[in-house]
Amino acid sequence: MARAVEELELGPRSEQWQPTDGRLLDVDDLFVEFRTRDGVARAINGVSFSLDEGDTLAILGESGSGKSVTAQAIMGIIDSPPGFITGGEIRYCGTDILTLSEEKRRAIRGPEISMIFQDALSALNPVFPVGWQIAEMFRIHRGTNKSDALDAAVTLMDRVSIPGARQRVKSFPHQFSGGMRQRIMIAVAIALDPAVLIADEPTTALDVTVQAQIMGLLKELQEERKMGLILITHDLGVVADVADRIALMYAGRIVERAGVFDLYRRPAHPYGEGLLESIPRLDQKGEELSAIKGLPPNLTRIPPGCPFNPRCRYAQDVCRVDPPPPLREVAPDRVAACHFAEDVLAGEAVRTDVR
Amino acid sequence: MGQYAIRRILQMIPVVLGTTFIIYASVFALGDPTVGRCGERACPPAYIAAFNAEYNLDKPLLVQYALYLGKLMHGDLGTSFYGNSVATELANRFPTTIKLAAIAVFFEAVIGIAAGIVAGVRKGRFIDSLVMVSTLVVISIPVFVIGTLAQLVFGIKLGWFPVTATQGTLWQLLMPGFVLAALSLAYVARLTRTSLVENLRADYVRTAKAKGLSRNRVIAVHTWRNSLIAVVTFIGLDIGGLMGGAVVTERIFNINGVGSYIFRSINQKDATAVVGAITVLVLIYLAVNLLVDLLYGVLDPRISHD
Amino acid sequence: MTDQQSSEKDVIARDVAEDSTTAGIEPGVEEVSIKGRSLASDAWIELKHNPLFWVSAVLIVFFVTMAIFPQLFTSTDPDYADLARAREVPSPAAWFGMDSQGYDVYARTIYGARASIMVGLGASVFVLIIGLVMGVISGFAAGWLDAVLSRFGEIFIAIPLLLGGILLLTIYPNRAGDPYLLIVGKIVFVISLLAWPRIMRIMRSSVIQVKPTEYVMAARALGATPLRLIKSHIMPNSIAPVIVVATIDLGAYIAVEATLSFLGIGLQPPAISWGLAISQASGLGSVRNAPHMLIFPSIALSLTVLSFILLGDAVRDALDPKLR
Repeated sequence: MARAVEELELGPRSEQWQPTDGRLLDVDDLFVEFRTRDGVARAINGVSFSLDEGDTLAILGESGSGKSVTAQAIMGIIDSPPGFITGGEIRYCGTDILTLSEEKRRAIRGPEISMIFQDALSALNPVFPVGWQIAEMFRIHRGTNKSDALDAAVTLMDRVSIPGARQRVKSFPHQFSGGMRQRIMIAVAIALDPAVLIADEPTTALDVTVQAQIMGLLKELQEERKMGLILITHDLGVVADVADRIALMYAGRIVERAGVFDLYRRPAHPYGEGLLESIPRLDQKGEELSAIKGLPPNLTRIPPGCPFNPRCRYAQDVCRVDPPPPLREVAPDRVAACHFAEDVLAGEAVRTDVR
Repeated sequence: MGQYAIRRILQMIPVVLGTTFIIYASVFALGDPTVGRCGERACPPAYIAAFNAEYNLDKPLLVQYALYLGKLMHGDLGTSFYGNSVATELANRFPTTIKLAAIAVFFEAVIGIAAGIVAGVRKGRFIDSLVMVSTLVVISIPVFVIGTLAQLVFGIKLGWFPVTATQGTLWQLLMPGFVLAALSLAYVARLTRTSLVENLRADYVRTAKAKGLSRNRVIAVHTWRNSLIAVVTFIGLDIGGLMGGAVVTERIFNINGVGSYIFRSINQKDATAVVGAITVLVLIYLAVNLLVDLLYGVLDPRISHD
Repeated sequence: MTDQQSSEKDVIARDVAEDSTTAGIEPGVEEVSIKGRSLASDAWIELKHNPLFWVSAVLIVFFVTMAIFPQLFTSTDPDYADLARAREVPSPAAWFGMDSQGYDVYARTIYGARASIMVGLGASVFVLIIGLVMGVISGFAAGWLDAVLSRFGEIFIAIPLLLGGILLLTIYPNRAGDPYLLIVGKIVFVISLLAWPRIMRIMRSSVIQVKPTEYVMAARALGATPLRLIKSHIMPNSIAPVIVVATIDLGAYIAVEATLSFLGIGLQPPAISWGLAISQASGLGSVRNAPHMLIFPSIALSLTVLSFILLGDAVRDALDPKLR
């Protein structure tokens, strides 16, 4: 295995993109909206976070919370129209990439920031062999010739542990199992040794045993290459083993950001509390499993006040009237956007949903 | 791929048998094959007896059909009203019709696909609406109307093109070929646009963008092949429509091909000639369908690589 | 609209809305289409705002009225010929001019609608009935029966519509003086015979698509009869594409009738039809000297075909949220 890695010529990082103090990515007060016939859907409303070298950030939320849109905004692949980035900055190695020309951004996609999608069967092109699709990265970005690029593809397929890589390089996506397809997707994404890897629900479409293997592979690759990894998921179970930090998203906002263990031990936002209570736990037998009541809000009609208030068990008048609470520091190295964050954290918040 | 090809060919056999049987049965078993043989009057019994003997109509249906099939395989399509071999008549006329069809398919593929791509890439813009509206207009005008109008406007009023194409030269066949292509061209344009638009929304296109490919490469490489699958299938299946259109187009422009032979035979109430010609066209159509199926297998690995 | 229909439409609505959520990549937008409103009302709103829908609907009502009550549009007798006025150009006395035998082109264009509309509607009804029944049987049966029926359909679809029409109408020719309804019936029969597999294919594939879905399995497990499954689960899911294809094909059938009449094997004089009129006007001599004979029936024919295609297109656009 080690030899295969050497053959990949990891090479020095690009001169142009050098992180300062290990900081790779800064997302700063990002706003994204989709202008549809039904009105403007405010998908992202002031999201900020950062990512360091070798750091793993999990972005966690229900579908429609804006986590995938955040990833697509960083990649610069939001369809416009209907999608528009209406505010904020995305700084990669200190440069706001939103101001760059399309050509320069294209040069970042792949060699610098890369992405893995949820459903590898539809995310890989059905009519081209998998080796061709991996080799395309080398051919387009590095101008490698056909046979060298294909050799590199084989090496990569070896690296992501696809058995019989050389024989299967000319096979088509539909001829692989789900797990193998996701490995190929990963091979495409890491081909050019990117500094940032975004994985959008990389294991959602897979069996549980395969999920663990894929997460293990991602972790391994990340450590080997010191990549910054953004892991987008709705599955708390996936996050625990892999992530360093968690950002909880709700209705296009980050509502809590904390270290994985801090958050698991005690969430500071009622939404996080609800999420944690909704996973079955071995140590709490016999207790009723609770789900968060209600549905995420319609993004064209986000309720006034704190967007979570209609579903919140602690909601008071202030939550319905005041503007959405900003993220504020509630403990060392953790922020939450709740009027009663300290109380929630201390387990002393007053329930208002039971009379 | 080999297995796939063999399977498709095997599947084709019952269809060929069924189709020829239906044609045969409707003509010789159920219909009156001596229709029009004796002018407007019914044929004398002696003639009918001789005719029945020649075409084995005195034998059981399946035997008749088997004998007919045997003749068909030897290229014997019977004799026409004037005593000429239908097969020879067709063979003389096929080159012209093939030339006409080739011109039509060329226009259909080149202009149709180009218009479809332009519209699809600029979805929602002016050029898109222009393509969509003009193709809609073309689709709604039957080919014989387009033909006669083209003849009136470009042949007679403006004098840009020859009014008729009696000799069947390339220059003469240009306008008829375009007329014949018009309907299919419109469909090809719309189909290309639709599948391009659909494919541009596919997940793998998003992947292609995330791979840092240029928009041109995304369209030219990653959606082109996928969109082509539907279009190639359509063009193949549409050969059947072109054949029907050829009868009309050749009549309008006086082209001495298979179509006008069918038309003339209709007017002379020469059933043997009509049936022979149409049987051949249907068989060609089936063969083209088979080819398209095989091509489909080449273009879409999901079909052939199981 | 009855309650039953509206509830069926809601089922389509939900289903399509769900489809769009799995395919889309903009969560915020999907949100709207699921929870905003149902597809039935969505489609209707879409249709209401689509001017092409109104244009086509008005045209169809117009031509159907023309087919049923031609007297409303003209008081001129279409069967009255005045040879002295043959090929007269359009004038206030004869809006569309006179044809080569001195018939009034306007009156004959009005009366010509009947043949087209009858063939179009008639053929569509039969094609739908045969296609639906065969498709449902084939999709449900699976196995050998499905294979046999599918091949059977392929045999008919292998004969191009126009060629098949020419073939059958040459063998069973129409003669001048045959009753009008017999000739129209024959053309309807020929088209239906050759065109039904198109609808069958759509039905078959939507049955096969719907059959393994969870709600149908659930319904089956609860002991629903096949008939009930078809009515409440399969039809609502497949009816949309069937309607669209049937509407667009209706236009094509009208064109086929006109083409057969143009070739001289469809309707026979003295019957009145746009195809016949165009045929008579299309000789080189007529085109040169009396283009009005050609133009007016051509426009009427094309507008009729266009209106059905437009309607089908509009309905499809309204029902298919992915194309918006």
